[in-house]
Amino acid sequence: MTAPADAAVVMNAGAIRRALARIAHEVVERHPDTGRVILVGLRTRGAPMAARLAAAIEEFEGVIVERGAIDIGLHRDDLSLRGVRPALQPSDLPSSLDDRVVVLVDDVLFTGRSIRAAIDALLGYGRPSAIELAVLVDRGHRELPIRADYVGKNLPTRRGDDVQVRLEEVDGRDEVLVAGGAWEGGR
Amino acid sequence: MVARTVRTDDRPAEAAEPDGAPAAWGHRHLLDVDVLAREDIVAVLDTAEAMEEVLQRRVARTPALRGVTVFNLFYEPSTRTRASFELAGKVLGADVINMTGSGSSVEKGESLIDTVATIRAIGADVIVMRHPSGGAPYLAAQHSDAHVVNAGDGLHAHPTQALLDAFTLRRRLGDLAGKRIVLIGDIKHSRVARSNVWALTTLGMEVTLVGPRTLLPTGLNAAPPASGRDLSLPRVRLEEDLDRAIEGADAVMALRLQRERMQGAFLPSLREFSRRYQITPERMARAREGAAVLHPGPMNEGVEIAADVAHGMQSEVERQVAHGVAVRMAVLYLLTQGVGAAT
Repeated sequence: MTAPADAAVVMNAGAIRRALARIAHEVVERHPDTGRVILVGLRTRGAPMAARLAAAIEEFEGVIVERGAIDIGLHRDDLSLRGVRPALQPSDLPSSLDDRVVVLVDDVLFTGRSIRAAIDALLGYGRPSAIELAVLVDRGHRELPIRADYVGKNLPTRRGDDVQVRLEEVDGRDEVLVAGGAWEGGR
Repeated sequence: MVARTVRTDDRPAEAAEPDGAPAAWGHRHLLDVDVLAREDIVAVLDTAEAMEEVLQRRVARTPALRGVTVFNLFYEPSTRTRASFELAGKVLGADVINMTGSGSSVEKGESLIDTVATIRAIGADVIVMRHPSGGAPYLAAQHSDAHVVNAGDGLHAHPTQALLDAFTLRRRLGDLAGKRIVLIGDIKHSRVARSNVWALTTLGMEVTLVGPRTLLPTGLNAAPPASGRDLSLPRVRLEEDLDRAIEGADAVMALRLQRERMQGAFLPSLREFSRRYQITPERMARAREGAAVLHPGPMNEGVEIAADVAHGMQSEVERQVAHGVAVRMAVLYLLTQGVGAAT
């Protein structure tokens, strides 16, 4: 990814690490029977986040939490608007989510449409007892009645701003950038 | 149709995707495999992997093609191809309408072009066509702005069958480059063989066609015609001796002996054909250990394939059928990029 000249770093590697550690604690706090929890990352960057949360929970509590990954490509509501669709990857989930607590994990919560698509996809796997949402950054501007249960950082933005989360596993380093709407990646 | 834009810029974080994700598939129709580049075929196979996962879900249903109408227009009998296109469309949330040549205006003498225009006027976004005449889907594609998928035209092509065979082989053998496959039997009348030659050689397989001389294609490996357009098939080996050809093969594909397309004496006798070209357990012992056995179906058991092999451990026949749904989902999805209605 190319960084625009005016992009500002709003979270560095340390801030990301602390935010994920806090979320891991909050998940355990809210779910004493942590074994029922399954962390499901939205591809692309939610998947490594879910892996980090699972590792943190295992480190803090000694509990191994199942995790999965979900590709929402087939469930988006803006397929006709995007023109080019990202390449699909198979989702990786257990065959049944009945009576599990699913914690969806995504990098940025914006309009909420990705999360709606993820919930739609999840329901094909059964009936979880609850679905919760963990995000690294909540940047506001929701278009649907969706909120996050665990938030790494609330980041006030303008609608046209661009928020980029970079993760070591995908991008080679950890940081969160925000840039004004004037540059090429904005909308 | 929404204009396609190839984006090279970064996208907003919420629409995150792997960097370097491919652009649009770039083909309006799927008429044959011969125009597909290696990366086009790989895109279908990779997308089909995601579709295969969808089919494993308890509720195998997605809204990706909501608002898209798929018209199955079949002028020839078909069970598995039509059913799998229908299921593929439905799993993706499309509206699927089936029409056969009999019982429609075709019987009243309506021309192919008029039928296609009518179907488009009704609202078809995709026309899946099977026709006894080679080239019919090409005519349809010229006279309609719907996407046309060739589901088998005469002796010419059957691209989705070849793609599902490639998918099945890739799952079984891994990377297909350098692997050897033997296609056996009635090559001459087989659109499946023809499309498979394109698909499998494009993926780097070494293909050998085996059969009696009367059932092998003529003019293969010919020099390109003076027109400049090379109409010959890619390089393949021709062989009349199955025992020799099957030696060490990674995969074996039997083809249905198409007696309904044979006019005249192609074969001295069915028994003679079976004796020389049937895939038997003894012959499979000459192939590489664990070699895959494929057949596009429907099978004439005891003619081109022995029942023991057709239903044996090495047989991929049932998986081919199952993979057909995932591959056809991938084709419908890739062709209709940008068609679906937004909510």
